Amino acid sequence: MIWLVFFSFIAAGIALSLARAGLGPTTPDRVVGVDGTVTITIALMVLLASFFDRQIYLDVALVYAVLGFIGVLAVARYLERGV
Amino acid sequence: MSGRSGSTVSRGFLTFLALFGVWLALVGTLNWEELLIGGVLSAVAAALGYRYMIPVGVNFSLRKLAYLIAYIPVFFWEMIKANFDVAYRVLHPRMPIRPGIVLIKTGLSSDSGKLALANSITLTPGTLTMDVRGDSLLIHWINVKSEKTEEATEIIGGRFERFLRRVFS
Amino acid sequence: MRVFGEVLIGIGTAFLFLGGLGIFRLLDVYNRLQAGTKCTTLGAFSTIIGVGFVHPAWMLKAIVIGVFILLTNPISAHALARASYRNGIPLWEGSVVDRCREFEECSRLPKEGE
Repeated sequence: MIWLVFFSFIAAGIALSLARAGLGPTTPDRVVGVDGTVTITIALMVLLASFFDRQIYLDVALVYAVLGFIGVLAVARYLERGV
Repeated sequence: MSGRSGSTVSRGFLTFLALFGVWLALVGTLNWEELLIGGVLSAVAAALGYRYMIPVGVNFSLRKLAYLIAYIPVFFWEMIKANFDVAYRVLHPRMPIRPGIVLIKTGLSSDSGKLALANSITLTPGTLTMDVRGDSLLIHWINVKSEKTEEATEIIGGRFERFLRRVFS
Repeated sequence: MRVFGEVLIGIGTAFLFLGGLGIFRLLDVYNRLQAGTKCTTLGAFSTIIGVGFVHPAWMLKAIVIGVFILLTNPISAHALARASYRNGIPLWEGSVVDRCREFEECSRLPKEGE
C-alpha cells in the first residue's frame, strides 16, 4: 500500500520532467528536463531494488548515475562550443 | 609537475587510502580475495595517478578534518531549508520569484576551496553558481535581496566561507 | 529502523515530485535548473538513504550512490547554466538584475582554450 504512494509520486515527477523535455522551447530546457528525469530514475532504481529485494539493482543505479552525469556534461560542453 | 612541497610518499599514500576506501564500499565484503585485488589495484592506480588526485601544496591536518566534519551538519541544515524554500515557491499559485544574476567575492584562493563553495551555494536556498572568474562568482539568485556585491556576499556565502576558509586555507 | 527508513523514502519521493513540478512549472531555464537541481538532489539522497535504513546490509553502497549524486548534481547544473547563458538564452523578463552583462566575454562563446 505504502509502495503505491511512493511509486505514484515518482511516476508523477518523471512524467512532469519528461513533459518539460518534450515541450521545452529551447534546447537547454530539454536538457534540464532529461537531467531531472535521470536523477529521479536513479532513485526509482534504488526503490525497485528494495521492492524486489535484489541487491544487483543498486549497481545498475550506480552505473546509471555515472553515465547520466557524463552525458549531461557532454551535452553542456556541446552547447557551449559546438562538438 | 615539479614542485616538491607535499612529499610524494604521503600524497601517494593518501590517494591509495581514498581509492581503497571506495573499493571497500563498492564490494561491501571482507573476503581476503577482494581485499587483495582491491589493494593491488588501488596501489597501481595511486602510483599512476596521485599527481592528478591531490594537487601539490595541499597539506592535511586533523584540525582541518575536524572542521570539515563540523561543516557537514551545517551544510545539510542549509540544504533542507533550501528545499522547503523551493517547494514553497513552486507550490504557491503565483510563484513569488524575483530572479537575477548577482556577483559575489570570495576570499578562498585554492581551486578545491572554490569548488566546495560553489557546490554548497548551488545546493542552498535559491542560489545557483553560474561561473567562476578569479575571485568572483556569478550567482543566479531566485529571489534577489540585494544587488550590491558586499551584501550579497554576506547573505549567500558568509555562512559557508567561515568554515571553508579554515578547511582549505 | 524500518519505519524510519520508510518515512525517509516518503519525504524523498515527495521532493522528487516537487522537483518534477518545478521543472515543469517555472518560467526560464535558470529557474527550472534551481528547482531541478535542489529538489531532485535532496529527494534522491533521502530516498536512497531511506532504502539503506530499510535494508541495513545495503547501507554502505547506498551511501556511495547518495554521496555521488550529492557531489555531481551541482556540477552538472553549473555546466548547464553556463552553457545556456553563453548560448544567449535570455533571462525571464521579470528578472531584476544581470551582473553577468558587465563581463563582455561572458555572453559570447569562447574561441580557443578557456
